Amino acid sequence: MIEKTVAELSASLSRGDISSVELTQAYLDRINQYNSTLNAFVTVCEESALTQAAHADAARADGLTSPLLGIPLAHKDIFCTSGIKTSCGSKMLNNFIAPYDATVVSRFNDAGAVMLGKTNMDEFAMGSSNETSYFGPVKNPWDTDRVPGGSSGGSAAAIAADLCAMATGTDTGGSIRQPAAFCGITGLKPSYGRISRWGMIAFASSLDQAGPICKSAEDAALMLNAMAGLDTKDSTCADVPVEDYMADLNNSLQGLRIGIPRQHFAEGLSPEVEQAVREALGVYEKLGARLIDIDLPNNHLSVSAYYVVAPAEASANLSRFDGVRYGYRCANPVDLEDMYKRSRSEGFGDEVKRRIIVGTYALSAGFYDAYYRKAQKIRRLIKQDFNAAFQQVDIIIGPTSPHTAFMLGAKTDPVAMYLEDIYTIAVNLAGLPGMSVPAGLANGLPVGMHLVASDFAESRLLNVAHQFQLNTDWHRLRATAFEEGH
Amino acid sequence: MEWEAVIGLEVHVSLSTNTKLFSGTASIFGAEPNTEANIFDLAMPGTLPVLNKEALRMAVKFGLAIDAEIGKRSVFDRKNYFYPDLPKGYQVTQLDFPTVGKGSLTITLEDGSERQIGVTRAHIEENAGKSLHEDFHGMSGIDLNRSGEPLLEIVSEPEIRNAKEAVAYLKKLHVIVRYLDISDAIMAQGSMRCDVNVSIRPKGSTELGTRTELKNINSFRFVEKAINSEIQRQQYVLEDGGTVIQETRRYDAERDTSSPMRSKEFANDYRYFPEPDLLPVEIDDTYIEAIRATLPELPDAKSARFVSEYGLSDYDAGVLTATREMAEYFETVARSSGDAKMAANWVTGDLQAALNKNNWDLAESPIQAERLTRLIQRIKDDTISGKIGKTVFEAMLEDGSDVDQIIDSRGLKQVTDSGAIESLVDEVITNHPEQVQQFRDGKEAVLGFLVGQAMKLSQGKANPGQVNQLLREKMQ
Amino acid sequence: MAFDKTEVEKVAQLARLHISDIEKDEVTGRIKDILALIDEMQSVDTDAVAPLAHPLDMTQRLREDDVTESNRRDELQQLAPEVEAGLYLVPKVIE
Repeated sequence: MIEKTVAELSASLSRGDISSVELTQAYLDRINQYNSTLNAFVTVCEESALTQAAHADAARADGLTSPLLGIPLAHKDIFCTSGIKTSCGSKMLNNFIAPYDATVVSRFNDAGAVMLGKTNMDEFAMGSSNETSYFGPVKNPWDTDRVPGGSSGGSAAAIAADLCAMATGTDTGGSIRQPAAFCGITGLKPSYGRISRWGMIAFASSLDQAGPICKSAEDAALMLNAMAGLDTKDSTCADVPVEDYMADLNNSLQGLRIGIPRQHFAEGLSPEVEQAVREALGVYEKLGARLIDIDLPNNHLSVSAYYVVAPAEASANLSRFDGVRYGYRCANPVDLEDMYKRSRSEGFGDEVKRRIIVGTYALSAGFYDAYYRKAQKIRRLIKQDFNAAFQQVDIIIGPTSPHTAFMLGAKTDPVAMYLEDIYTIAVNLAGLPGMSVPAGLANGLPVGMHLVASDFAESRLLNVAHQFQLNTDWHRLRATAFEEGH
Repeated sequence: MEWEAVIGLEVHVSLSTNTKLFSGTASIFGAEPNTEANIFDLAMPGTLPVLNKEALRMAVKFGLAIDAEIGKRSVFDRKNYFYPDLPKGYQVTQLDFPTVGKGSLTITLEDGSERQIGVTRAHIEENAGKSLHEDFHGMSGIDLNRSGEPLLEIVSEPEIRNAKEAVAYLKKLHVIVRYLDISDAIMAQGSMRCDVNVSIRPKGSTELGTRTELKNINSFRFVEKAINSEIQRQQYVLEDGGTVIQETRRYDAERDTSSPMRSKEFANDYRYFPEPDLLPVEIDDTYIEAIRATLPELPDAKSARFVSEYGLSDYDAGVLTATREMAEYFETVARSSGDAKMAANWVTGDLQAALNKNNWDLAESPIQAERLTRLIQRIKDDTISGKIGKTVFEAMLEDGSDVDQIIDSRGLKQVTDSGAIESLVDEVITNHPEQVQQFRDGKEAVLGFLVGQAMKLSQGKANPGQVNQLLREKMQ
Repeated sequence: MAFDKTEVEKVAQLARLHISDIEKDEVTGRIKDILALIDEMQSVDTDAVAPLAHPLDMTQRLREDDVTESNRRDELQQLAPEVEAGLYLVPKVIE
């Protein structure tokens, strides 16, 4: 049961094959069994989960039907959950009990979903391997010596090991898609502004976006239906009508024009990953799609521009962590300066501090034009590249990551880590929707295929991903060690 | 050497919205500490700003009132610095694209002459909280009630030449924002604050000297004193062969001196960048015109109209338009009594004196417009004389009852009954035969004395015109 | 652009971070590497390009001036390291 998709579980719940309480207990048992190995959850809410599940069962008995009613989920620990610790992977917030719910959290609550707990993540979402978490790294269920990807590594590992039915993540430069690829599951980063950021602890405000981490494109559509839409509490949340993302899933792909960016199949891409993605593209051709080579000429600048914009915004977003109103305060500060400096230096990890320094430097007097303004200009060039590409094609497909999951501790050089997101980062800079779906294995490890659509074309994206999953089983594949009954 | 000062003012006014600039927390002066500090105001992780419609409207209204360019696209920026009263670690303000651009206002100097002072810009920004320095076992207390309240920062061109002009400029701003009803602008409560940039240069020079910024000035009077003391200080420094250092100085009103402030930021590098949690604010002509239509008549226009419509002197018109409340009071009385001059005399004279003496706001005065109107009507319809009017006015300050009732109950009604007046006149003629003879011999001036005697007999209540006429008739 | 230990000290001060002398060399080296990566973008001529601050081509929505929050001081101050008499306490502020 626990390996099933949300769509399947929803059907079982409505048929009465199983109750939400039973299902919730099954996942809680599994978390109990495997979390010490995987370190995917940082907080488990056993009691409140069972209460929510009982409410869901009661509501169903009263005739309520909703696709997410009684479905157990996990939230990345970046989303504020009222009355529950929200740590953002940081010592800084290790004692922080959020005083309110993020909009994403309220929407799942309203839909009747059951929250099992909060998942581990890179500190303040800054990382691509989940190794920057104050609570220790998450392990990849496919090989526990390997990283699950980051920053939403806990959610991705939890889905891959069937510790929950669905999970939330956030994606600033690839933080949903890259861990989804490394863990062999489905992850969607919607268009910037599609989902409210209220209550989602900010890393880089103009790039951050919440999204589903789950077992199929259909599940992503179900989750997006609950998550998407205008929220007046977030000025940057788009007032664009929300479609029923289930509606177009079964559209034919006959005549679909798929853009293959030359820059995503160039130097640096592992041959095994390339082979898996090429084979997946073959599936699309069989479904009637046409493959068209395209160029994203400024893609190679996306990492550079991103590592100005994201740290700059982060340097200001993280100034609020000053030890005054909440969060970590150092012991016995001798004066105000000492309180600021020691609270922040002791409360933040190395990667967070590095990014604050880079961002502060990029904004400082004399460097603003050369760094921040320049990066904003590159950002426009990148957006223009995509606009031009979408004149020719309906969707862009390539690899999510240059290779499969790497070994824990393998990448100690920050720059090498940053280049992990070479295919995903441009999508955040341009604000487009992007998705990673499992497309095969390379040396026994999952390979992610990256799909990108134009602004607010999530329906198209989900349709293209779903059709692939109807014709392949990669998304059903589980690491042997975590198959049910194992 | 003769020196000339170059002065620019940065004036912050708190906009009188119901809620804060970016959150739905109430924004009221004087609440218990931190009871108006909710999750956004405390910069709780994950919270986001949404702009208050009313704050934008008020800023545009101000811009229109000073004939400024209105920014059809304004952009908010983050100004980064650490301070315990700044919860986010940055202040949201407008750097390159403020809502209000270049405008100007006219100040009137003591000699009656006028000067235009340019306004460079006015931008919307968040207020900071307060650090309370009384000792909490060696620590400071932070109250964030004020944090996030909407401010309009109005920046003048460096066109002000002396302290008196600075005060006139500040007073003009004060009266304008109060007319517009966008701020209480009470300096003592901090809802109007003023930072002053001062430099001096040899008279006739076109180059600017090094400027200093004076902070912490909380009354009109101190503005004048602080500027004069700073001009004096800079003059001493320069005349001693020293140089003025560009710095921020805190003015100490008690000692009438200023001293350099410890800089908030090591190198004062605010690292401004566009606030990514907010989008550009765009407004169109329809929006602007709708606000223009709500603009009240402003003091200068009102004063000019009072001169032309009611025949008042420039001086009286100026006094009567000093506040919107006073102008409205006057106009109500003028219109309903039908005698603007008399209304102006009463308002600028007795009423103003009573307000000053009792330290009342106009709204607190026991003599509201309809009561003063009634008093004037009673003078005009000869129920009482102008002189008795003063007595009635004094009584009205103590006694809230109806004006007619006061006149009646105190027996102040003017005697117009000709029979009663005739007997008064007869009595005077009988009692003063010598003066009567003098009058009959052609000494006109003695009539005044006789009228006075009759008035005295009537305890001031007789109609002097009638007395005058009857005396003449009887003595001929 | 030259980035050395002095710059690290200056920037760390702006960001209120304490970097010990032992860490300083490593931090400086790491940041230099990152700046080298960033500087790749200097190779492109962007004189004619307008900056893009935000992926959304939208304008700011406005909020009605209505009070939506109520006083939660006591609850919210549970989260604070040190409070007294309703105030957040910090080491003495010297202006």
